[in-house]
Amino acid sequence: MEILVCVKQVPDTAENDIELAKGGRDIEREDLVYSVNEWDNYAVEAAIQLRDQVGGRVTVVTIGGEEADEVLRRQLAMGADGGLHVNDEALEGSDGLGLARVLEAVAQQGSYDLILTGAQADDGAGQVGGMLAALMDLPFAALVNHIEPSGAGALRIGREVAGGDQEISEMDLPCVLSIQTGINQPRYVGIRGIRKVASVEIPQLDAAALGLDAASLGAGAARLRRLDYFVPQSGPGARMLAGKPDQLAAQLVEILKAKGGIR
Amino acid sequence: MDNLFAYIMHREGAPHDSAAELLAAARQLAPQAAPVAILAGHGPELDAACQQAAALFPQVWKIGHPYLAQPNAEILRPLLARLVPQGALLLLAHEHFAMDLAPGLSVKLGAAYLPDAVAFTGIEGGRLKAVREEFAGLVSAHVSLDLSAGAVISLRPGAFKAGEAAPVQGQISDKSAADLDGGMPPARRRYIETVAAEAGEVDITKAEVLVSVGRGIQDQDNLELVFDLAKALGAEVSCSRPIVDAKWLPKPRQVGTSGKTVKPKVYLACGISGSSQHLGGLTGASCVIAINKHPKAPIFQRAEVGVVADIIQFLPVLTKAVRAAK
Ligand SMILES: Cc1cc2nc3c(=O)[nH]c(=O)nc-3n(C[C@H](O)[C@H](O)[C@H](O)COP(=O)(O)OP(=O)(O)OC[C@H]3O[C@@H](n4cnc5c(N)ncnc54)[C@H](O)[C@@H]3O)c2cc1C
Repeated sequence: MEILVCVKQVPDTAENDIELAKGGRDIEREDLVYSVNEWDNYAVEAAIQLRDQVGGRVTVVTIGGEEADEVLRRQLAMGADGGLHVNDEALEGSDGLGLARVLEAVAQQGSYDLILTGAQADDGAGQVGGMLAALMDLPFAALVNHIEPSGAGALRIGREVAGGDQEISEMDLPCVLSIQTGINQPRYVGIRGIRKVASVEIPQLDAAALGLDAASLGAGAARLRRLDYFVPQSGPGARMLAGKPDQLAAQLVEILKAKGGIR
Repeated sequence: MDNLFAYIMHREGAPHDSAAELLAAARQLAPQAAPVAILAGHGPELDAACQQAAALFPQVWKIGHPYLAQPNAEILRPLLARLVPQGALLLLAHEHFAMDLAPGLSVKLGAAYLPDAVAFTGIEGGRLKAVREEFAGLVSAHVSLDLSAGAVISLRPGAFKAGEAAPVQGQISDKSAADLDGGMPPARRRYIETVAAEAGEVDITKAEVLVSVGRGIQDQDNLELVFDLAKALGAEVSCSRPIVDAKWLPKPRQVGTSGKTVKPKVYLACGISGSSQHLGGLTGASCVIAINKHPKAPIFQRAEVGVVADIIQFLPVLTKAVRAAK
């Protein structure tokens, strides 16, 4: 099975405080720790497991600047067979559809049975996988939390629905799936593993190499544009307690008593 | 703006809670318009849901077919792409079904897509200005959406407040026959069954006090600190999703839109950032107390009381104080 997994490098929100920069036109990128989008890690692991079961190849693709190379290497170290790096300034400011168009062009240069994305990334939009499927006129399922081969040319998949129920379906290949966290336990990759793939050649692609028309890309073509980042004028918010740990605990005990929190 | 639609989910014959929120959002976009609710499904449950939707919306479109008894975005998407007119605005609630349906629908309609909007701030020159959250809710963004070729807009549940509108007597139009005559589109994704979430040995939905743990606990071994505190309080332990994904606690303990909705008197959130999906399970919690080492964690917006502390150090101190107070 030929599998393409779309991955994204994102600021690690567990490690970073996100601050505004340039009057809200961007976030402060200096000293930001980046990592692989959490959902994508599960997608790559799912692809590797499926390949190990039925044979084939896993290719990871990312759209991003030079730094995004690191993400591809990490996924190669996990066990992906090859990487593709789309890097072109003309893509800056693309909306979800713009990025889906780029991925469509990437997919058309290969012959993939299965395309995976994470269910969502750092912007919480969860849109690229579904758009890609629609552009390519392939069947799609979002929030997939189970995949198994089901005869020739089909998969049996589970998708998460509200309340944590699981909807089981059979799906024809080729198809596009967006992967939900928890579908597996992504394997750990250490520095050693990443060093081993340091010299693997990763083809670099730009809009021209993908046969994309520059006018249909980037901020100019985007129908959804970000105007600025801001920190909302928050409501009253929580009453924040102050003091040393002992004092904080003592105050909390009083509040817990008053609210019925100690039984 | 006449072309205003809301796709309404329903269950057991009743529209989803978000229906009234979608109506409020539609009214915000175009106060004078007569927004159309679209409901798809099958049989008496669909009829009942349409009746109720017609008390909210001036017009209701009903799409019925046995194949639609189970919501299946792959079947519904091409139907909606045929039914919804060019240039229309279609609103829906940003949750599991929308994530399946909406992005591809926007492509098939040739419309723009705005996912997970939390507020609208105005329409100007054919563009809608709206607010979204990014980076796990740490910052917000103003975005501008081109409406010229129509748009699909998903709304964060709970973000648009349902209005106090008097019930209307909406008109229900049956769109099933006209558009399903050609048969159902070929289903390349075939529904088999729904597996209900496992029940588990503790029912956190009945707990009066919950000590809830998130990724901030860092290590499975540290869970002991949480169970110690819960024991001292006479509380149950619940958690956020990453704790379940890591298999540190079983799924029935997860709070949120893909877990349980809880209604304790006190919810003590320890090392939980406060994502929209987590807060979606907290709608019935009376008093939320948050302990987080990051003073700007979004959970402090939902909490009544906040403590900035490292839970690894602070939880034992709190447990000791609780024991002493008993
Ligand atoms: C469709 C869908 C459904 C979902 N359903 C759910 C759901 O039902 N429930 C759910 O919870 N999530 C759900 N999620 C995931 C959700 O988006 C978040 O990823 C998740 O809630 C984050 O969990 P968290 O707050 O524990 O972790 P994080 O967001 O990583 O937050 C950890 C927090 O701990 C703090 N922290 C770190 N170390 C310490 C320390 N030592 N002491 C104190 N504080 C510390 C950090 O400041 C941070 O605020 C869903 C996502 C999707 C896409």
